[in-house]
Amino acid sequence: MENNTVHSAIRKYNQDKTRLMDILIEIQDNENHISDDAVRIISEKLGLSIVDVEQTISFYHFLSKESLGKYTIYLNNSVISNMKGRQIVAETFENEAGCKFGEVTEDGIIGLFDTACIGMSDQEPAALINGSVFIHLTSFRVKKIVRDMRAGKDVKKMHTSYLGDGQNKSEYLNSVVRNNIMRMGPVLSDDYNPGTIIMKNLAQLTPEQVIEEIKTSNIRGRGGAGFPTGLKWEFCRKAKGDKKYVLCNADEGEPGTFKDRVILTERPKLLFEGMVIAGYSIGATEGILYLRYEYKYLKHYLENILEEAREKNLLGKDIGGIKGFNFDIRIQLGAGAYICGEESALIESAEGKRGEPRDRPPFPVEKGYNDCPTVVNNVETLCSVVKIMLNGGEWYSSLGTRESTGTKILSISGDCRYPGIYEVEWGLSINEMLDMVGATDIQAVQVGGPSGSLIGPEEFDRILCYSDLATGGSLMIFNNKRYLLKDVVLNFTEFFIEESCGSCVPCRSMTPLLKQKLEKILNGNGVANDLEDLPKWGELMKINRCGLGHTAANPILTSLKNFRHLYEEKLERGKEYETGFNLEQAVSESCEATKRVPDF
Amino acid sequence: MADIINFTIDGKECVAEKGTLILQAAQENDIYIPTLCNYEGVKPQGSCRICTIKTNGQFVTACTTPVADGMEIENNTEEINDLRKSIIELLFVEGNHFCPACEMSGDCELQALAYRFQMMVPRFTFQFPKREIDARNPKILMDSNRCIRCKRCIRAIKDEKERSIFAFHGRGRNIEVHIDPDLGSKLTDELAERSVTICPVGAILPREKGFRTPIGQRKFDHEPIGSEYKY
Amino acid sequence: MSKPVIATATLAGCFGCHMSILDIDEKILDLIELVEFNKSPIDDIKNFTKKCDIGLIEGGCCNSENVHVLKDFRKNCNTLISLGECAIMGGLPACRNPIPIKECLEEAYLNGPSVKGHNESGIIPNDDEIPMMLDKVYPCHEIVKIDYFLPGCPPSAELIWNALTALITGNEMELPYEVIKFD
Repeated sequence: MENNTVHSAIRKYNQDKTRLMDILIEIQDNENHISDDAVRIISEKLGLSIVDVEQTISFYHFLSKESLGKYTIYLNNSVISNMKGRQIVAETFENEAGCKFGEVTEDGIIGLFDTACIGMSDQEPAALINGSVFIHLTSFRVKKIVRDMRAGKDVKKMHTSYLGDGQNKSEYLNSVVRNNIMRMGPVLSDDYNPGTIIMKNLAQLTPEQVIEEIKTSNIRGRGGAGFPTGLKWEFCRKAKGDKKYVLCNADEGEPGTFKDRVILTERPKLLFEGMVIAGYSIGATEGILYLRYEYKYLKHYLENILEEAREKNLLGKDIGGIKGFNFDIRIQLGAGAYICGEESALIESAEGKRGEPRDRPPFPVEKGYNDCPTVVNNVETLCSVVKIMLNGGEWYSSLGTRESTGTKILSISGDCRYPGIYEVEWGLSINEMLDMVGATDIQAVQVGGPSGSLIGPEEFDRILCYSDLATGGSLMIFNNKRYLLKDVVLNFTEFFIEESCGSCVPCRSMTPLLKQKLEKILNGNGVANDLEDLPKWGELMKINRCGLGHTAANPILTSLKNFRHLYEEKLERGKEYETGFNLEQAVSESCEATKRVPDF
Repeated sequence: MADIINFTIDGKECVAEKGTLILQAAQENDIYIPTLCNYEGVKPQGSCRICTIKTNGQFVTACTTPVADGMEIENNTEEINDLRKSIIELLFVEGNHFCPACEMSGDCELQALAYRFQMMVPRFTFQFPKREIDARNPKILMDSNRCIRCKRCIRAIKDEKERSIFAFHGRGRNIEVHIDPDLGSKLTDELAERSVTICPVGAILPREKGFRTPIGQRKFDHEPIGSEYKY
Repeated sequence: MSKPVIATATLAGCFGCHMSILDIDEKILDLIELVEFNKSPIDDIKNFTKKCDIGLIEGGCCNSENVHVLKDFRKNCNTLISLGECAIMGGLPACRNPIPIKECLEEAYLNGPSVKGHNESGIIPNDDEIPMMLDKVYPCHEIVKIDYFLPGCPPSAELIWNALTALITGNEMELPYEVIKFD
């Protein structure tokens, strides 16, 4: 039976080794693991070596050679999940299931695993169970879920009360996830009939004219890095290559962001239209939506929308009646790796490989997917593009600030009354944001997710824009009761350790050392020198290859800069040197082994 | 004639053909830039970051970045050398490098760089990770304790169908190099020898041959690594 | 002016570094002229009789006794030097570090090929007189502050000589390439 799954997955993807990810995911989802036999068959059929297949499997969080249980539970362990009561939920899971996190029950029915932010920060604690999302978990609910699993119930039928809002309750999604759209702006607004630009405007415009319009709008990439979109398209248009690609980055992995999930749920047609416009502009024939594994529950729904688009000639051949404009979109699933949100890692992953960022140059616009010129754009960017084409670049550039034009969709979570999605113009101050979401007694805001910065009240008059507080949109709010260093900074640092691809030495090895130093300080063994070492050591992160590496020390570095007093109050006063060595602790293990009472 | 461009390294006037990678351009101008993951004839990948140089206020790896006309490169400066030394120290603490007991001591590039940068002790805490030794292969022994994950073996050694014989396993700090059970067991003498030669440290060793070079005649016994370059 | 006072100790080491101290040939006579030895295996003084200027530590810390000696040295020496690979990074004794101490002890006393079947009572030595083993072998500077590090296995006599003369005379230390080696 297992071999059938393997062979049919390989056939389905034409024995194409660039589709290795799809093949592996299909097997994982059907068999709960990828066995030695499966690896051998794949390697033979795809012309790869065994270690080649295994290097991809072992890179991704959601792929495994060991069985992960008939029901595989991935409980989010993000900061927000912890704040919203993860601990009791986790304990209940362990007690009810009878195994610890990281294990599978003896009968092989239930596997409990941690996972990083799954894009549900406004409805935590949340978990993925066999790909389905469970939100607002409580110990009461967990007991019921475990009972259902013991009874062999299908996860899709475990939803008790009611389904989520909007499209979440559509027959294709049938999901309890909530959109929580709190504020719409021109991008999220629902007064547009998707497809209009393709059908009515595109034929009258040359690709160069479209790019010119985008350049006029001054829109910059919404993933966080902020590269001017028009320029990116222009580079790609001009790059030499027979085949070009549009990749949409829906690998929304920055903890605390979930806006792409909402766009994918409520405005997927807008997104696909944006991809078509991008394809028209750069001269691409193929688009790929790289969808993070956590959002796999959206895949079937999205594929159905793509099918509808093909029927309406919004995709396919001679799109919108434009002779020779052929473009189609496929969905590529990720398999659990934050680093794949980095564009070159995303490309590697979409080619079926480990998500290791590439060296630049060459840039993806010259040599991207399958070594062809490729633009990689964020979900929100591509949606904005449609509205720019609708209302004009001038109109768009009148929104926001002079150098940060347009709107930004924020994902807001943490200690506030109304967590959710807010579309605002660039230029909003943190104070205004806190007012908007009903947040009081606030100690700190994490702007831009763990890779951004942790700022305190004295900086709440700073504004969201590329030149001040640049952000991909993740805003996490912490009130005065939170223990920032332990609950926030340590968690974020652990996240980066977990998610490093391991290629660059400083990212791979320095981050764990910084974490050790932080723990030393938290344990009361820190001295003044340690506070000097942290930023000095952190300097080394600048020479990593990619954005993850550059920012992995940010939780520590920005909190040290903005909350130095929290560190200082943990230091040992008047001590110059302290290693943190503890003799009692160091001998305890051997004394236990020799059944001897430590004697000092 | 190819385009010749001018640039400087630490103020020294240099010339190179357009498109040359900074590392090679420096070498052609008799300037040493330390390397570790780089190996002549193998596609560079910039992962050890030790060849990092600074230009225009930006850090880039010399092994992957082409030199540009008018480029002003900082190489042998206090700032950059300390970053490089930090990398060496990180590599020493992240693995288990017991030089006195290693056959490659004296021929090891990591150790040689530590000598060149006068590392007396790493500034970081030793991690003593648990790593495995794979002695299943008939021709080579793989000691992951000493592996610095430079990927040289992975990139350079493929079978006739371009399949990987060595590959990474895992990610982040737990990354390891695995040898293919099938292709590895059929490793030719030539590839086995090449894998030993290409490993900068003592992570891939030939079987049934030990301590091949006597102390005093090893590569880095008398001269620092990079001594072939004047600057 | 009184002569500088030197103390030395071997913790989890092999005495090789001490052999290297003695390997300075006839210069040992110069050294004796220059310095006075206090607590050290060289002169067999067991306890500190006065505050010392320089302490040389060979070996890392593998048990509680090592830790006490090291802390005693830190207390009694103005300048403390880690001498050799074991003091600096644990050295060969630290090859056990990745393995849990319980497993090490069981292998050594219960399961290893030379003991299996010969330790019927299944006892792992635990007399109170025996120092307590640490969970791993610690480099000295991960326990107390160390001022200087002289690498090598052992550090060459020349390196030791250069270091001591530099410290005593206050001159800059000479570090020719061939003097720093880790093997």
